[in-house]
Amino acid sequence: MAVQDIFFYLLAGVIVASGILMVTSRSIFHSATFLAVVLSLVGGLYLLLSAEFLAAVQILVYVGAVVVLIIFAIMLTSHIGDLRISQSNKLSPLAAIACALFLAAFVPMLVKHPWGQVVAATAPEGGGLVGESNIQHIGTALLTTYAFPFELVSLALLVALMGAIVIARKDPEA
Amino acid sequence: MSFLFPVGLEHYLALSAILFAIGVYGVLTRRNAVGVLMSTELVLNAVNINFIAFNHFKHPEALGGQIFSIFVITLAAAEASVGMALVVSIFRARRSVEIEDINLLKW
Repeated sequence: MAVQDIFFYLLAGVIVASGILMVTSRSIFHSATFLAVVLSLVGGLYLLLSAEFLAAVQILVYVGAVVVLIIFAIMLTSHIGDLRISQSNKLSPLAAIACALFLAAFVPMLVKHPWGQVVAATAPEGGGLVGESNIQHIGTALLTTYAFPFELVSLALLVALMGAIVIARKDPEA
Repeated sequence: MSFLFPVGLEHYLALSAILFAIGVYGVLTRRNAVGVLMSTELVLNAVNINFIAFNHFKHPEALGGQIFSIFVITLAAAEASVGMALVVSIFRARRSVEIEDINLLKW
């Protein structure tokens, strides 16, 4: 029972609890806060999975940019609402049953499936801080093997940027 | 209790499935359009956990899972920005972002 296992269960518990609170909260502001909690703890989970660069990118991009964007949108589009009005629509019992069925079908299959020999990650030769980190390999891969998708994603970001500006601007007074 | 420790691939996959189901429940039931978009982010994060877990446990020396996750994070950020622009634009036109009020195309 390594320390990582305890951390995994701690993180997983808080992630699931925050997720459930996020989708059932009556206040949209609270939902945004719970989303920030989930996204940062998923970054912590990436650290357990030895993906340091992904953990940093997750915190920077998701928590640092996407959640701030979401809070901007909430501020711009919400009346100070009545907290007694539920934020869930008429479908919630049916959706809960459907999601529970999905989990009942998938989780036993995922747990029992023989995923084969898991390969133990080898320690870096230098040991400790001297060993090679992910960032070097990911950077090289993004610019050599995955250069074409990298350029395409840059193009997609440019298009999204232009599209968001065009959609969200006020109509120019003719 | 022996299936709880040590934590292996199945545990991460089960967590990813649970997070996915929570996200799908949020997409189906939230009345605020921003709430729907937030639940979509949960779904994308569940998928990312899946990719990185497979990368870590099955092919630690390869990087495909993490590279794909980088692309998923990037495209999720792009989609969130366009989605929020749409929500702000709808609010300007109709003064409400409740999903039930955005019903001009209903028969």
